[in-house]
Amino acid sequence: MLTCTGCSLLCEDIEAIIEDNKIKGTKNACRRGAARIKGCANRLVPSIDQKPSDVESSIKKAAELLRNAKSPMIFGFDNSSCEAQVQGIQFAQKIHAVIDDTSSFCQGLLMEIILQKKLKTCSLDDIRNKADVLVYWGSDAQDSHPRHLSRFSYFPRGESRQRGYEEDRLAIAIDVRESNTAKICKKHFYRINPKGDREFILALMEALSGKAPVNDAKNMLELAGVLKKAQFGAIFVGIGLMYSIKNDFEILTKLANMLPKFSIMPMVGHYNMRGLNEALFKETGYVNRVKFDEKGVQDNKYALIEALKNKSIDALVVVGSDPVLSLPRSVLSHLSSIPVICIDPCQTFTSKISSVNIPCAATGVESAGSAVRMDGKVITLKKIIENNYRSDEDVIKQLMGAI
Amino acid sequence: MLTVIEIYQLLPKTNCKICGDSTCMAFAVSLLGRRKKLVECTPILEENFKKQKEKLDSLLLPSAGASETGMIVHPELCTGCGNCVVACPVDVANDPHGAGMGCAPTNDRVIFKVVEGKVIASNVQECRRFGKNKVLCYACIDPCPTGAIEFA
Repeated sequence: MLTCTGCSLLCEDIEAIIEDNKIKGTKNACRRGAARIKGCANRLVPSIDQKPSDVESSIKKAAELLRNAKSPMIFGFDNSSCEAQVQGIQFAQKIHAVIDDTSSFCQGLLMEIILQKKLKTCSLDDIRNKADVLVYWGSDAQDSHPRHLSRFSYFPRGESRQRGYEEDRLAIAIDVRESNTAKICKKHFYRINPKGDREFILALMEALSGKAPVNDAKNMLELAGVLKKAQFGAIFVGIGLMYSIKNDFEILTKLANMLPKFSIMPMVGHYNMRGLNEALFKETGYVNRVKFDEKGVQDNKYALIEALKNKSIDALVVVGSDPVLSLPRSVLSHLSSIPVICIDPCQTFTSKISSVNIPCAATGVESAGSAVRMDGKVITLKKIIENNYRSDEDVIKQLMGAI
Repeated sequence: MLTVIEIYQLLPKTNCKICGDSTCMAFAVSLLGRRKKLVECTPILEENFKKQKEKLDSLLLPSAGASETGMIVHPELCTGCGNCVVACPVDVANDPHGAGMGCAPTNDRVIFKVVEGKVIASNVQECRRFGKNKVLCYACIDPCPTGAIEFA
């Protein structure tokens, strides 16, 4: 049995078929997880200025680049173990760097509110055992977290939901397109216009308070009726809703206050994004984009996108992430003028433009550790393959020592 | 999904009874139920029915590899989400604390399993569509949004 690191569900029931210290096949993992466990086709090789090198000299060169940097940034750690994340935070404190991750343009704000306990949340096991109304809002769980519906939310039988999806549960999808999740929800799919979430929330709040909304009154009153009757509900907030309501979270908290029986679950993408958010929150009170100097500071200008736009960083360490793939081209131009250090098990678009590449072990297969599931539960990751790759935790430790 | 009428329209419609069935419509039903093969209709093998035979062959081809219950799994469409594993009533009855609760199956009596990220069906004799007392169960098709499972 091993834990899959394909998404933030961290499925612990995966069987791997190992032959000659290599993974030949998997059982129970979804297609995404199976591909992830089998590993990448192109391993990252140590290099300096895109010329092959060895790990030791790469680390030395990276240390030299970071020593000369006045305002470095460490980005990533969403695909690293919790132990590596703690090392990363210590590293950022030591070199007075900014630390940020993909949550600054993903679920970070929602995570901050949840960690501040301003929104009610619950565990995925609670959802399996008790939930009767499930709302997928701006999230396509079926594609982003393939086993979400079958393992935790809609299909399984739970303690208080013995008849499962057939009679005991109801799934609702609110999205701009008919996603695969919406196809499962069938007639309980509410299509909204792009960026129409705010309008939908306002109409839903009217319907919940007993007034008939101006648009689509029949459907809205029907939805409000279903939500009101729920004994234990869950709203799975996806990036679609996050981007649509931007930073105005008051509207979401207002809606949550009108639905006291509902818990909010952020649909975290990378498998250990919540881990870094929690570790940073514990250390500084902020979940991401923290600048370490005398005291931790959090401001929008320290986020990766803003830092690249304002050209306010002079070195970037990328750990287990690929900003070149996920960010628009217009903000990436600054990367060509600063040294980029890439620590990753696989070749990525970022590694192709990096000054220094340091390969590391794939956590959950080649190195052990722990990770935080999307609901906050800590899950153990096992090592099942022996090889010479160092874990990202060790690489960061060594880099810290070299500086 | 293929219908009896679609098959019937392509048959010779002469009711010659060579195949052993009383009418071409009855033969179409037998073909769809995979009780008979197209070659049992000798008139369609003649030259003037060549185009219709080719069409029928292509229509019947997908169901050729179907199991006894008529189940066809399209691995290229499957995402390995496991919805069918958990939704199948036989899996729930045979493995209530594994597949029934959304976890990995704990025994071999389940019908669906996810291997290499794709679902495979085994134990077809357990399927509710198998045998004399079969029922028209849709429990594995309904939760599959990609249409990876169908019954011929």
